[in-house]
Amino acid sequence: MSQEYAVIGKSVPRNDGWDKVTGKAKYTGDLKFPNLLVGKILTSPHAHARILSIDTSEAEKLPGVKAVITHEDVPSVKYGISPARWDENIFCIDKVRFVGDKVAAVAAVDEETVYKALKLIKVEYEVLPAVFDPFEAMREDAPLVQEEYPRNINTEIHQNFGDVDKAFAEAYYVRTDRFKGQRTYQSPIEPHSAISHWDRDKLTIYSSTQSPHYFQYYIAREFGLPMGSVRVLKTHIGGGFGGKLEPTGLEFAGAALSKLTGRPVRMFYDRHDMFAHNRGRHAQFMELKTGVDKDGKILAVHANFVMDGGAYTSLGVASAYYAGALLTIPYEFDNYKFDMFRVNTNLPACGAQRGHGHPQPRFAFESHLDNIAQELGIDPVEIRLRNARKSQTTTLNEFKVETCALTEALEKARDLSNWREKKGKLTSGRGIGIGVGSFVSGAGYPIYRTDLPQASAVIKVNEDGSEVTLYSGSVDIGQGSDTVLCQMAAEAMGYLYEKIRIVSADTELAPHDFGAYASRQTLMSGAAVKQAGEEVKAQLLEISAPGMGVTAEELDCREGIIFVKANPEISRTFGEVAREFFVKKGPLVGRGVYHVPKLGGKFKGAAVGTSPAYSFAAQIAEVNIDEETGEVKIEEVWDVHDCGKVINPALLHAQVHGAFYMGMGESVWEQVLFDDKGRIINANLAEYRLPTALDMPRFHSDLVDTIDPNGPWGVKEVGEGATTPVMGCISNAITDAIGVRINSLPLSYEKVWRAIQERKKNKSGE
Amino acid sequence: MARTLTDDQGIKRYLVNLKVNGDTHTVMVKGNALLVNVLREELDLTGTKKGCELGDCGSCTVLLDGKPVNSCLVLAVEAEGSEITTIEGVARNENLDKLQESFVNNAAIQCGYCTPGMVLSAKALLTRNPHPSETEVREAISGNLCRCTGYVNIVKAVLAAAEQE
Repeated sequence: MSQEYAVIGKSVPRNDGWDKVTGKAKYTGDLKFPNLLVGKILTSPHAHARILSIDTSEAEKLPGVKAVITHEDVPSVKYGISPARWDENIFCIDKVRFVGDKVAAVAAVDEETVYKALKLIKVEYEVLPAVFDPFEAMREDAPLVQEEYPRNINTEIHQNFGDVDKAFAEAYYVRTDRFKGQRTYQSPIEPHSAISHWDRDKLTIYSSTQSPHYFQYYIAREFGLPMGSVRVLKTHIGGGFGGKLEPTGLEFAGAALSKLTGRPVRMFYDRHDMFAHNRGRHAQFMELKTGVDKDGKILAVHANFVMDGGAYTSLGVASAYYAGALLTIPYEFDNYKFDMFRVNTNLPACGAQRGHGHPQPRFAFESHLDNIAQELGIDPVEIRLRNARKSQTTTLNEFKVETCALTEALEKARDLSNWREKKGKLTSGRGIGIGVGSFVSGAGYPIYRTDLPQASAVIKVNEDGSEVTLYSGSVDIGQGSDTVLCQMAAEAMGYLYEKIRIVSADTELAPHDFGAYASRQTLMSGAAVKQAGEEVKAQLLEISAPGMGVTAEELDCREGIIFVKANPEISRTFGEVAREFFVKKGPLVGRGVYHVPKLGGKFKGAAVGTSPAYSFAAQIAEVNIDEETGEVKIEEVWDVHDCGKVINPALLHAQVHGAFYMGMGESVWEQVLFDDKGRIINANLAEYRLPTALDMPRFHSDLVDTIDPNGPWGVKEVGEGATTPVMGCISNAITDAIGVRINSLPLSYEKVWRAIQERKKNKSGE
Repeated sequence: MARTLTDDQGIKRYLVNLKVNGDTHTVMVKGNALLVNVLREELDLTGTKKGCELGDCGSCTVLLDGKPVNSCLVLAVEAEGSEITTIEGVARNENLDKLQESFVNNAAIQCGYCTPGMVLSAKALLTRNPHPSETEVREAISGNLCRCTGYVNIVKAVLAAAEQE
């Protein structure tokens, strides 16, 4: 037993792999129930309109239709995932605010009847002037999307740390750049669906959700039920990336339809509905002003941002704060000003997409820093090394960073990619660029104010000790948390990974956990699981010690064998002792709970960006541009991550691959587009342009080691942080290749081609 | 041509024999019934996923006489007379196909929603080309979208399975 750990640190196959690869895995839309109805929501065809009347009588008469509901049939309590701004209703009452806003819903015996019934609902609208641009929306004469937000300003932030003006005045070089990020959508491959069954006083909802807890909380609140009367659970989830974090009309309308009909109701979004429901990445307008000394050391930054929030708040208050808060993490500087307006428009609501609020500001900052480096004649890797954060530091906005190996990551990425041999030496059309990133390992505070712990877990050992079940409210949306948490439980108990089953993401069977968002589960759910496992182990050692002639302290348990540490020959099996425990004392159960220690400063918004630990990454990309067509080929990428102790290397690298992939799509291709009436013109995967297997470069994912004292076994996050460096990295590589900076995402072939034409024109005019 | 019945609303229904994973199922479908819906709803073969219903994502890929097709773009009546293979027909009892095993062992699965379609597209490739190049693998799965993996480990898994030939 020479290795330190028996189970963690190993690439065990995921525990849902067999079911997923054979087609046995059931997703919400695959479930069948007796007497199941199908339901669908009627949405608004106008971006902004007053509802004058709704006539459902024809729809109700259609054979097979069981219920048609509007705002008159459901609670009118406003909801939303951001408690500071509850501004959504199950169905619109007075007016619709974007194309796709919820107006009515139908439940019927089959899909075909549902679609027919939706067409028979007559809604009379008075079309109102609409606003689609956040800057226009802020004008005094602009139509108001939500009456309670003057000038459509949904969230306004002004933070000021140190003395920015003084630092700019003293700086060797001050530069201002303006960047623009686009609206993107998570596009999980599984469309949202929910099956609601309101059976007497119990409402059960199977949902494609990233957080059964938040769904339970908000659904119970909406219908005036105790939380215990609402059970939310999921089977398998086909990806989320932030888009399945908040309850949708599918759950609310489905519950109401089920109550009315007394039958389970399956509601679903099609691909177009998903784009309209959205909650994807905000389009951000980012002005950055930075002052540096002559060595490129950052002295002060002013981030002046505007984001288009769409019609509702969603998680946008947090997105707005995150946009500025996390800019302070990778590089050390003392003076910082952050101004932000999140503005409502008559477009689908934006929310939290992988990297929440941060990837676009990171793109802007990494591009901006390269501009500064070029002006000063400093190598891009070098300027980052000079500014890189160190371990055991505190950011100016009071985030404590216990471990940070960004310097090592930069050096390793530089060496692996042969940066020195390539930078400035590549042939025409080729370029190399670098970007860095970082992210929270779980948010320091839950989304609504509560003293509930972040995570909890229960482990129950089977009566004969031959199997163990882990109960955790955490949510596996594909990232592999069920596998990683079972590894952690096995390690903590001294048991075998293969013999652990998990019951997760079910508000009735599993204990509380806030779910899959903010990259929190490995650290937070993991901490609770570790504690539960250790409690099981302690009880086993306690009961077996007398019979083995030693004290419990002299024993250990590993891979199912309890042994005397000084003499491992003396041993008993986990199963045998577990059985003895059950016979003598009853069920063998371990419990764990994780509270985040109090984090952060006292200023307004200080909570957003706090976390027990932060991941860091350096990423280098090589691109090849076709100067004739502007076509961008990303050739090869090196990503080096500092993500703490790794529990499952294969799953971890797989997260980096996927996070890069999403960032790559947003860098070059992906963008949600609208016509002048606010209708989405590319609400499908082909024209939105999800990258295919042919677009993905050769990819190298590597690590630098840290052990963060704030995470169980030293873990930190990886899933979201790995998206944060990508857009800046690719932007810098493209700039290196074509010699011109493009300041707006996506860096499409057309924009690249135009930039090249512009460059040629300027050159010939010289 | 399939036998038809007309119901009392005047809608014609077709009696179709579908040979799926070696078994023949007789179903009564409307002319506009999509193969994906008949597989999922009539035969309860929900391993065939619905991701877009537009032929963009490839989640509903099945093999029709060994060729990968988007079953959301195939009418059930068109599939009569063909050998249909769904993901449920790839493993033999408890023995995974080597491609499936390779997906599990190479961490090529995350959310798993694209996995059935990916496996079937890759299976069709390895049947016609047992030793594909990496580019050929990428081309073969380019009609199957995956949002989780960046395709890195999927490509690796297919190449590893081909190595075992």
